[in-house]
Amino acid sequence: MNEFPLLTLTIWLPIIGGLVVLANGEKSRDIARWTALAFACVTFLVSLGLWIGFDASTAQMQFVERTPWIPTFNVEYFLGVDGISMPLIVLTTFITIFVVIAGWEVIAYKQNQYLAAFLIMEGVMVGVFSALDAVLFYVFWEAMLIPMFIIIGVWGGPNRVYATIKFFLYTFFGSVFMLIALIYMYFQSGSFSILDFQSLQLGMTAQILIFIAFLMAFAVKVPMFPVHTWLPDAHVEAPTGGSVILAAIMLKIGGYGFLRFSLPITPDASASLDWLIIALSLIAIVYIGFVALVQQDMKKLIAYSSIAHMGFVTLGFFVVFTILANPAVSSGSVMGIEGGMVQMISHGFISGALFLCVGVLYDRVHSREIADYGGVINTMPWFGAFMVYFAMANAGLPGTSGFVGEFMVILATFRADFWWSFLAATPLILAAAFTLWMVKRVVFGEVKNEKVAALADLDIRERINLGVLAAAVLALGLWPAPLMNVMHATVENLVAQVSVCKLPEAERGECLLARPESVAVAAP
Amino acid sequence: MPFDAANLLPVLPEIAVLVTACLVLVLDLFLKERDKGLNHSLSLLGLVVALLLTGAVGGGEPERLFDGNLVRDAMSDLLKGAILIVSMLAFVYARPWLKDRGMLSSEFYALGLLAILGMLVMVSANSFLTLYLGLELQALALYALVAFERDSLRGAEAAMKYFVLGALGSGMLLYGVSMIYGATGTIELGPVAQAIAEQGMSNKVLVFGVVFLVIGIGFKFGAVPFHMWVPDIYEGAPTPAVLILGSAPKIAAFALAVRMLVDAMQGLHSDWQDMLVILSVLSLGLGNLVAIAQSNIKRMLAYSTISHVGFIFLGLLAGSDQGNAAAMFYSIVYAVMSAGAFGILIILSRNGFDAERLEDLKGLNDRDSWYAAMMALVMFSMAGVPPTVGFMAKLLVLEAVVRIDMVWLALVAVFFSIIGAFYYLRVVKFIYFDKPAENAPALVTTSGVRVAMSLNGLALLALGLFPAALLTLCQSAFV
Repeated sequence: MNEFPLLTLTIWLPIIGGLVVLANGEKSRDIARWTALAFACVTFLVSLGLWIGFDASTAQMQFVERTPWIPTFNVEYFLGVDGISMPLIVLTTFITIFVVIAGWEVIAYKQNQYLAAFLIMEGVMVGVFSALDAVLFYVFWEAMLIPMFIIIGVWGGPNRVYATIKFFLYTFFGSVFMLIALIYMYFQSGSFSILDFQSLQLGMTAQILIFIAFLMAFAVKVPMFPVHTWLPDAHVEAPTGGSVILAAIMLKIGGYGFLRFSLPITPDASASLDWLIIALSLIAIVYIGFVALVQQDMKKLIAYSSIAHMGFVTLGFFVVFTILANPAVSSGSVMGIEGGMVQMISHGFISGALFLCVGVLYDRVHSREIADYGGVINTMPWFGAFMVYFAMANAGLPGTSGFVGEFMVILATFRADFWWSFLAATPLILAAAFTLWMVKRVVFGEVKNEKVAALADLDIRERINLGVLAAAVLALGLWPAPLMNVMHATVENLVAQVSVCKLPEAERGECLLARPESVAVAAP
Repeated sequence: MPFDAANLLPVLPEIAVLVTACLVLVLDLFLKERDKGLNHSLSLLGLVVALLLTGAVGGGEPERLFDGNLVRDAMSDLLKGAILIVSMLAFVYARPWLKDRGMLSSEFYALGLLAILGMLVMVSANSFLTLYLGLELQALALYALVAFERDSLRGAEAAMKYFVLGALGSGMLLYGVSMIYGATGTIELGPVAQAIAEQGMSNKVLVFGVVFLVIGIGFKFGAVPFHMWVPDIYEGAPTPAVLILGSAPKIAAFALAVRMLVDAMQGLHSDWQDMLVILSVLSLGLGNLVAIAQSNIKRMLAYSTISHVGFIFLGLLAGSDQGNAAAMFYSIVYAVMSAGAFGILIILSRNGFDAERLEDLKGLNDRDSWYAAMMALVMFSMAGVPPTVGFMAKLLVLEAVVRIDMVWLALVAVFFSIIGAFYYLRVVKFIYFDKPAENAPALVTTSGVRVAMSLNGLALLALGLFPAALLTLCQSAFV
């Protein structure tokens, strides 16, 4: 317990950095930028300590810190990571560096506030991933909204006020019902510890209500069809950095919520309502794929493609129950969840990179319309190369990280139901179609107008930015084993947890899952 | 009645405030125009002394004073401290406004101090008579305060409305008290509670009395459907007056409700619980919905007050120690938030111009980013967004409501707070997303105001991150 408080440091270092940048004032842009970059880099290095010191052989929480916070209500400052949250924390600290660099030149208005908002948000998002106390989690979860609200509203596009208020209210709406569910569980378990929630025995009605409360919170965040409409608006209006954070990390928080709350706390409700999530995921994959096809706006197109990709994530998570229900198939459940996790990390890199690419164009031409471009590769060969590469990754080209996650999810889905996997796999053609068609219209062809003809290629800063992300995408695509190793024990434990019925004795008849007698319960 | 040290010592804070009020009144006669600032310094000094005295005589076992008419207990200590601190903030914020308009005379300070004295008496009252005395002292001073800008027609109209409706509310309260006196034969809170415990709920007169008490309390809080005066007064009264009547009196009103309903009427809990449920749901709904339609920020804050009152009632109606502590926490936090919000409005005002439209906040971030951040903190706190203390206050209240198995009420409350979030966000939108009006002059503020506002705003953040201390204090008042 007396370990070095690495998680606390990862949370509060960027927040302190944000305050320092804020206190610097607006006088010197250089001081603000370099301080912000320094804090972002140091935070990333600190978070690497989490990866290095992580013991992949156990599903136990690691780097645990636990001190009373509000003693009268048993609320604690309780942090810890397992194989699910640790990679997401490293992703967060990693992506923030690029966001800081992306705002280097283009943000002219109150740059110190811009950078400070991102640094504070980084700390808060790490807090979301590492909180093991429900109140602490909720505080971080909601606090995340404030900097994002301001980022979109101040540095966003023309319709930013509408977009940012919609973003805030949607998310707020989803999460307050989760708060009631958390309070309810506090009275059932006597503490706010998420681990206690997970071992709590709940009746079917309570489980279903809690599941729905969680679903409202996480479905908005992921976002799932039909509560996805805030995302295209927010993405289009947000500044480049805001889009990157939204797509790369904020969406993952919804997926993380399913793994940390919905599945282990309400496994029976999840098992009986899994058809709902699977149906919504398939709609997201198929329908949103078609919607993406007709977009005129590059950012909107990528936003819709994000929704479709996140559909794979939720599909992978909830297909588990069908696999468990079928005794003939022994494995595959772990693969579904792991596939979803890989997909989340990979989508973090790819969507972040794609938004950075669009940002590069937008900084030069101030338009996101596909029709305003054409033949960019003639004037920007470096950019063209990167854009094509990330587009391929987005379409799930084998060798890139986009392929690994989707393939695993489809494989797992195949074990559950042929037609589901058919529905999930066919739209891969769609993904290829809308991304490559966009690339064809923007990057290739004749130089379309004088604005494109006047484009300058990537400077060294942008090249490094995109180059590092490209390397990450390739590395994860060719050799995903390190990532899978880290999460394997945790995911296996999670599957063991969700495969056991949690209903009280009186309701055992309704169990869709294995009875507790038949399978040894994994200790939380 | 024994006027000895044992009785007088615990009321030293009240005595200090009274002495200051008298001193200010007399001293003002001998002050030249340019020395009027002394009124301010003296009043502030008086409040500081009263605060120190509260700390000095506070703590320890509850003491019954003056034949049981007053009491000094953990609740009165804490609430007195909160009232004095919030009032200090209000006085500091009000100074530039008064100075600009040449109104640094004794009226504002003497009336303000008398209102504070009334609140202090309410907080430690232990019989219906003392409660009523404190309430009226506070109310009369506030009526006059609303009208202290002599030439303002709007102010006079607001004061008139406030007076008529306030008197009506007091009348209801008094009527209820008289019935309870008739049924129990006493006006002291403890004996009333005893009498109710013995008689039980059989006595119809008693229940009838409770109805009128709740109406009176509803009037004083401004709960729907007794809320009509609130928006008009907030809009019509000069901002410094709203600053005083919109902040600390909520704490005093909370004390009024606790003394009457909890200390005396706990035996009839099931009766007043239902009434408070109705008042609270209506206040939450109407307050939040109507606030959206306001373009005048003072009116908007008035409706926001109404919705916050709904939350305070949620805590009270639980009838448990946790619920009362939660409501107490909420009242104190609300008073601090309210002081901050009206303080910003005063900072934005200057001679001949009162900031009261939402547009007046436009581009505050460009004009002064520190004040903008403070106002944003106040707004997020009112909306109940973590990590500000507004969230903690709501969390505690919801917890108390879920604890008594009224989950539906908690759902109603959070539903309306989502709606409420919209108009608080709109204020943030004006501050951060809009550019300032072209003719907007730079903000001129004194360092005193800046320090006070910083403390005010950062307190909302600090209490949100470390709520345990204040919460423990609140809970210690109900054990």
